[in-house]
Amino acid sequence: MPSVTLNEEETIQEVRKIVERIGSTRADLIPVLQAITNQFGVISQTTMLELSTLMNLPTKEIHSVATFYRMLSTQARGRHVVQFCESAPCHVVGGREVFASLKEALSLEPGQTSPDNKWTLLTTSCLGVCGIGPVLLIDTDLYGNVTPEQVEDILSRYE
Amino acid sequence: MKAVRSMILVSNDPESNVRGSEKIFSAFQQQLRDYGLTEEVSLSMVSDLGYSYASPLVLIYPEAVVYGPIEPADVPHIVEEHLYKGRVVEEKRAPAHRLSGKVAWLSARKGTLPAENRVVLKNVGLIDPESIDDYIAHDGYQALGLALEKAPDEVISIIKGSGLQGRGGAGFPTGVKLGFVNKALADKKYVVCNADESEPGTFKDRVMLEGDPHAIIEAMLIAAHAVGADEGYIYIRGEYQLAIDRVETAITQAREYGFLGENIFGSNLNFNLHVHVGAGAYICGEETALIESIEGKRGEPRSRPPYPTTDGLWGKPTLINNVETLANIPAIIRNGADWYRTLGTASSPGTKVYTVLGNVNVTGLIEVPMGITLREVVSIYAKGMKSGSFKLAQTGGSSGSIIPASLQDTPMDFNSYKKAGVSLGSGALLICNDEVCIVDLAKVLLNFFRVESCGKCTPCRIGTKRAYDILTDISEGKGTLGNLEELTTLNKELLELSNCGLGQTAGTPLRDMLNYFRAEVEAHIRLGVCPTGVCPMEEA
Repeated sequence: MPSVTLNEEETIQEVRKIVERIGSTRADLIPVLQAITNQFGVISQTTMLELSTLMNLPTKEIHSVATFYRMLSTQARGRHVVQFCESAPCHVVGGREVFASLKEALSLEPGQTSPDNKWTLLTTSCLGVCGIGPVLLIDTDLYGNVTPEQVEDILSRYE
Repeated sequence: MKAVRSMILVSNDPESNVRGSEKIFSAFQQQLRDYGLTEEVSLSMVSDLGYSYASPLVLIYPEAVVYGPIEPADVPHIVEEHLYKGRVVEEKRAPAHRLSGKVAWLSARKGTLPAENRVVLKNVGLIDPESIDDYIAHDGYQALGLALEKAPDEVISIIKGSGLQGRGGAGFPTGVKLGFVNKALADKKYVVCNADESEPGTFKDRVMLEGDPHAIIEAMLIAAHAVGADEGYIYIRGEYQLAIDRVETAITQAREYGFLGENIFGSNLNFNLHVHVGAGAYICGEETALIESIEGKRGEPRSRPPYPTTDGLWGKPTLINNVETLANIPAIIRNGADWYRTLGTASSPGTKVYTVLGNVNVTGLIEVPMGITLREVVSIYAKGMKSGSFKLAQTGGSSGSIIPASLQDTPMDFNSYKKAGVSLGSGALLICNDEVCIVDLAKVLLNFFRVESCGKCTPCRIGTKRAYDILTDISEGKGTLGNLEELTTLNKELLELSNCGLGQTAGTPLRDMLNYFRAEVEAHIRLGVCPTGVCPMEEA
């Protein structure tokens, strides 16, 4: 997750470095956007304008791709992103109860970010670890076989 | 921790205790001293081995043999035979059907059950996935050598002869597809491995890529030789970080060994391989959406025809196969088409990897011959239901079918399932007990399609949303019988009018729900009751 806030000029410098490293053809667009999301946590308006020049693509094209994929984000997220798997395999082994307890503990509905900017709650489709459902992903930490009682404890591990 | 040769665990749950586990423990202490094994064999009491009719249980590692029920008098024999002479005491093994929980999993691991016939998972868990040498030592890249000695047509006819069908869900004959790409005339062709595994409940491709990445590279090389391609992509979903790392390591190693690059094995085959990391979109598992995504665009499916076999990546003929399909190819080349046909059924040869999930005792990955039944999977491999009784199984992620108890004994292969009006899907088996509400389950499945629909074509974008809304109404006690007719129509329209597989199969849960569980749905509407008590019905 993003740790430093850069000013616009610095951001543009970083974006240039990323494009230089990955490439500027059309096929490089998604890897470039992934690298930007990983580094800044968000693909900002400034970034898109800069990419448009660097990659010779209309900003609407970049925006259209950036909003299509789940792992790319055009909206700023909280310090920690909590993703809950809402697919059937997790659902039938108690996912419903875990999700209710998660929403209550965070006082958030899916898609919302807490006012203190600590948490963003998202639902996600299957994460491919269905053998240990219900599954919860916080940033890059995966929790399996989660019970409603464990939710508070898991969340308390994050600053 | 001291290193020991063997480890003995004696169960000491209340039941075992009543049946004398402490005496068994002291008998083991005595015997180990007598044989002078105390230094190399550890002994402990454990209380959480899980409930069993066969308690008290004795578990001996590293063989992971579960003995039970054991009496103190059995101990000298077990120590002498198993720990001193190294022979498992077969007659004292706990019967597999009497175990549950953790121990059940252990006894399954060591083949007290019908042996798993592994083809695609042969190396997974046995070799170091980060070592090309380990792969080569396990017959790795041998099939590539054999294939390069044959003409492309010959390779294709072996695959055709094996009867291998695509394992991604559609079951298209792999040899025929290879033939199409081989015949397409073009200056450039591509081979693409579809590892954008996103069907809910499916993680077989992840395990294959994590456990045996070179097998996929080898298969892609053989396919490249067969169709005349010189470049390839492995499209791995972005969430699979470990699989991405392992495949990238494997590609680097293969390049160093000259298995990727120019004039491979001194032949005229040139092949370069890239990894494309997905960015999170279920639809990219659809082959034309996947191609769009590699090209750097939104993953929206193209209209077919033309098919990728003639107009694929950057307009060039492209062979796209699922990971599991490819993983079968080296074994077929090594052992021949006839060998492959000895596995599975006549119409669907080979094995199938399933992910077993849901309300069962043992969840996880199994590879079994085509044609075993759901009843076998549940009772043997999954060790029975964890709670309640079997109600239904959902196959192949969200686009799979809902299999009711009445189809438990239908052989699981492409043909038999098709005849029964259901589909095998991509290999997930979500086993549900009688506490699962059909309306609630269908609602979750439709929600998935509603979220994952790319929105390009209207029948899918609006149809999935409308179906979800209706199911939500039914689950809240606001449904009408007219809604059921509407769901039937929606399923028909989704199937006939959608552009790609996502929309076409999105209505399957609706169809199966109304076919097999109509009474339960009608109870929600006519009586205002959710029979399982899952749905948040409003007070009448």
